[in-house]
Amino acid sequence: MTLATHYPILQVVIPLLAAPACVLLKNPRACWLLTMLVMLVSLGIAGQLVWQTSESGVISYAIGGWAAPWGIEYRVDALSSYVLLIITTIGALVLPFAARSVADEINIKMQYLFYAAFLLCYTGMLGITITGDAFNLFVFLEISSLSSYALVSLGKDRRALSAAFQYLIMGTLGATFYLIGIGLLYMMTGTLNMADLAERLPAVNESRTVLTALAFLTVGISLKLALFPLHSWLPNAYTYAPSAVSALLAGTATKVAAYVLLRVLFTIFGVDFVLGTMPVAEILIILGMAAILIGSMVAIFQENLKRLLAYSSIAQIGYIVVGISLGTVTGLTAGLVHLFNHAIIKSALFMAIGCIIYRLNSVLIGDIAGLGKRMPWTMAAFVAGGVSLIGVPLTAGFISKWYLVLAALDKGYWPIVVVVLAGSLMAVVYIWRIVETAYFKPYNGPASISEAPLTMLIPTWLLIMVNFYVGIDSSLTAGIASKAAAQLLGVSP
Amino acid sequence: MRYHLVLRTVAKILIPLIMLFAFYVQFHGDYGPGGGFQAGVIFSASLILYGLIFGLAALKQVIRPWVVRVMLASGVLIYGGVGVASLLLGGNFLDYGVLAHDPVHGQHLGILLIELGVGITVAAAMITIYFFFAGRKTTKQ
Repeated sequence: MTLATHYPILQVVIPLLAAPACVLLKNPRACWLLTMLVMLVSLGIAGQLVWQTSESGVISYAIGGWAAPWGIEYRVDALSSYVLLIITTIGALVLPFAARSVADEINIKMQYLFYAAFLLCYTGMLGITITGDAFNLFVFLEISSLSSYALVSLGKDRRALSAAFQYLIMGTLGATFYLIGIGLLYMMTGTLNMADLAERLPAVNESRTVLTALAFLTVGISLKLALFPLHSWLPNAYTYAPSAVSALLAGTATKVAAYVLLRVLFTIFGVDFVLGTMPVAEILIILGMAAILIGSMVAIFQENLKRLLAYSSIAQIGYIVVGISLGTVTGLTAGLVHLFNHAIIKSALFMAIGCIIYRLNSVLIGDIAGLGKRMPWTMAAFVAGGVSLIGVPLTAGFISKWYLVLAALDKGYWPIVVVVLAGSLMAVVYIWRIVETAYFKPYNGPASISEAPLTMLIPTWLLIMVNFYVGIDSSLTAGIASKAAAQLLGVSP
Repeated sequence: MRYHLVLRTVAKILIPLIMLFAFYVQFHGDYGPGGGFQAGVIFSASLILYGLIFGLAALKQVIRPWVVRVMLASGVLIYGGVGVASLLLGGNFLDYGVLAHDPVHGQHLGILLIELGVGITVAAAMITIYFFFAGRKTTKQ
């Protein structure tokens, strides 16, 4: 027994125990320091897990020493280690940014609670990703959701409270639907372990209970995923949350929900049943295409920058869902690559917006006129992220769209290609509006506005650099993604 | 408050009994129905009853807000700490068997400590919720 065998549990337990420690510490700086330490350790563990899974395949960890179908099993394979890496990367880069941003936006008495909730939310998302037990997943889903409602409600604007409440209602509906689905599956199979469920389900596939379970699970997870038309909670939550929270949630929350969708559809129910027997793929592809078109269209008309990015997120979720639902290795790879790429792009963009809020205290597009000269680095980061959102070659966004178009062409689905191109063109429009206002209009704000502090700029630019790096050398993300895709579909890579 | 003699007397008699029952539910949880969650709720009910009868200020004298905050955090830390301890002693996380020389004793000890952690945190959470509801300022006074 060495430490390395315990990595799966340490990944979850370290941030979980740091959260109450923050409540005890109470001093914001000490809390930040502890949280930062935890983020770095988690990132290290996630890196180790990626390495371990690529060396020796699936890692299984039995909690309490109870063997798999009876006890709770933590299971790390190529897909979950990949998602762990996404979450921990975003966490480790958002937190350095959060120090200044939180000090500015959140009441000093509440800051230790912010860090505690931040850690709990992070724990929940890591737990969802790592667990191999369908009910344990629900528990972590609730941990991450409850803490993210609290995080959203910490926003400066009073509307943050109603946004958090709306998020709470929709999120609880989603979680309840998930729980009902799992309950129905448990009724039919008597097991909660995902691998065990996958073995037992084919025998009872025909029953109406299982079909109902599939429907409940898909709708419940789509609510968490903010898939069009179940996205109504997302714009408000992202707009009124503190900047650091928007950056974290935009990069991770919906990605984790996409991971849950993959697990349920492909690991538990199996590709043949979900994509062959049931019309899940058709429904999801149509909804995904609608999300791309409508999300991008609505984003064009937004005056609030955070809301603009939120609608753009809804569109990007569309790309991910379309890729996933194609059901081929290339399609799944496209979805998974975009999972990573969109996480870093959107977090970087929300952090750039956070820098603007820090200096300007406004997120309206009218107020950033001429800001390109006053805050050159912030706006340059925003433009670089925006370019990647559009999908210009040499950026991360290009790689994911390239894979998606390839996968669609493979299957001969021409409409998808058209929608992807239309979505990219609309992204050009909404990014260009910002570029035009920031660079080609005269500055008329207060004279005291200068560049954002380095502690906020450096993490933002690090994410932008990662974005260009994976845009040029996509072997890291696309490599793991295609391996994970092959594992999910049960074909050899 | 001076006038509610019956309420005050009954509360004073009941509160210790409620607390005693909470401890029974807590520590008898291995053998009978009960456990940390229920015990925590029952324990906090005794303090909330005190708050309802004698007022929030009096309750805050009995149990200071910072004590509640420490309880809130320490319960979770006890739970996680047991897990980490079993990990350090060579078992898997939360494998109570390694906590004592005899695995059966270890299982007993483990579940007792875990439930204690649950009880402390649940009691503190209930009291915190009461503090916030009772301490809320209404717009119209």
